[in-house]
Amino acid sequence: MRTKQDETLSPPDLIHLAEPPTDPADDSAEAEAPRKQRRPIGWSMIFIAVLVAICVVLVWRRDGIHGVTEILYGDLALFGGILPRVLAGCLLGAFITEILPHEKVSRSLGPNSGLKGLLIGTAFGAILPGGPFTAYPVAAALLTVGADFGATIAMVVSWTLIGYGRAVAWELPILGTDFTIWRIVLSLPIPILAGALGRVVYLRFYPKGEAVE
Amino acid sequence: MSAALFIDITLWGSVAVLGFMVWRRGRVLALASAREGAMDFINIVPRIALGVIGSGYIAAIIPPEVITGWLGPDSGWMGVLAATIAGAATPGGPVVGFSIGAVALKVGGGTPQVIAYVISWALFAFQRLILWEIPFMPAKFVWFRAAVSLPFPFLAAALSMAIGKP
Repeated sequence: MRTKQDETLSPPDLIHLAEPPTDPADDSAEAEAPRKQRRPIGWSMIFIAVLVAICVVLVWRRDGIHGVTEILYGDLALFGGILPRVLAGCLLGAFITEILPHEKVSRSLGPNSGLKGLLIGTAFGAILPGGPFTAYPVAAALLTVGADFGATIAMVVSWTLIGYGRAVAWELPILGTDFTIWRIVLSLPIPILAGALGRVVYLRFYPKGEAVE
Repeated sequence: MSAALFIDITLWGSVAVLGFMVWRRGRVLALASAREGAMDFINIVPRIALGVIGSGYIAAIIPPEVITGWLGPDSGWMGVLAATIAGAATPGGPVVGFSIGAVALKVGGGTPQVIAYVISWALFAFQRLILWEIPFMPAKFVWFRAAVSLPFPFLAAALSMAIGKP
């Protein structure tokens, strides 16, 4: 499954060991590792870090060093609070990767799964319990065991738009029943359409069927 | 806090059940799998740290009042566009996002615009993207997912305009 372009890159194993934060090949190399690969710092993280640095300077110029440390302490507390959930999410993802039968997943959620695959992804996202610390590790696990971008997009979008967790806990009490139900009804087709659009665009970007993570 | 406790119990309960299912397939497999998860965790921690601490600073630069201002009674497609940008730029968790939507409805924001706002917030809120989605998922997938989701706040607003409120 190696494409010509990738042969010019260093093998994935080397990238795991080394830490070349400015290597533009990071993203394309990610897709090549057969099993779930550990990513070095990629462009996305560099982009976010730069954005954050700019915002820190803006806060510092506006509120002084006091404003900077105040946010830092608040965020560190938040960070400590969510760490256990992140660990649980990672374990969940690893166990699911082990339990799910890879062949079945790639048959029912893979690139050739058609509308049925998008519907399964949508239904799965809608019933998935928990918060982002479950949804994203599970979605990443699905990609690892053979789901394609389209079905995974349907799942993630369905989780965020028609998943009941956030709607029941927050949207209903704050925005009211009428609005919430109306909003969810209008959202119903979106996961399937987004997944279908994802498949079409994916085929345009990677017509040779590059390996999905 | 009871909601948080409930979430934690469900979460760790699921971990325990799945861990047990892997364990029954073999101890070596279970240990390898748990190690895999732990390695993922170690790998993700710096990214989550950057996400949590970073989004705090980004949020401090975007006060919620600015977002509310973009969601005024301004109707039509410009209103939908403003609402979509506002949804992506909204800092904070679901309370902030939904409250801004509720305020907008009260001060005369149109239903299509507020629907576009809530959907855009669900799809693109920057804090969830950099705090959760990018650390856990392959970056390529996240950008791809966000890009193909772009039309949908507009589509939902269009449907809402066409059908009207029931």
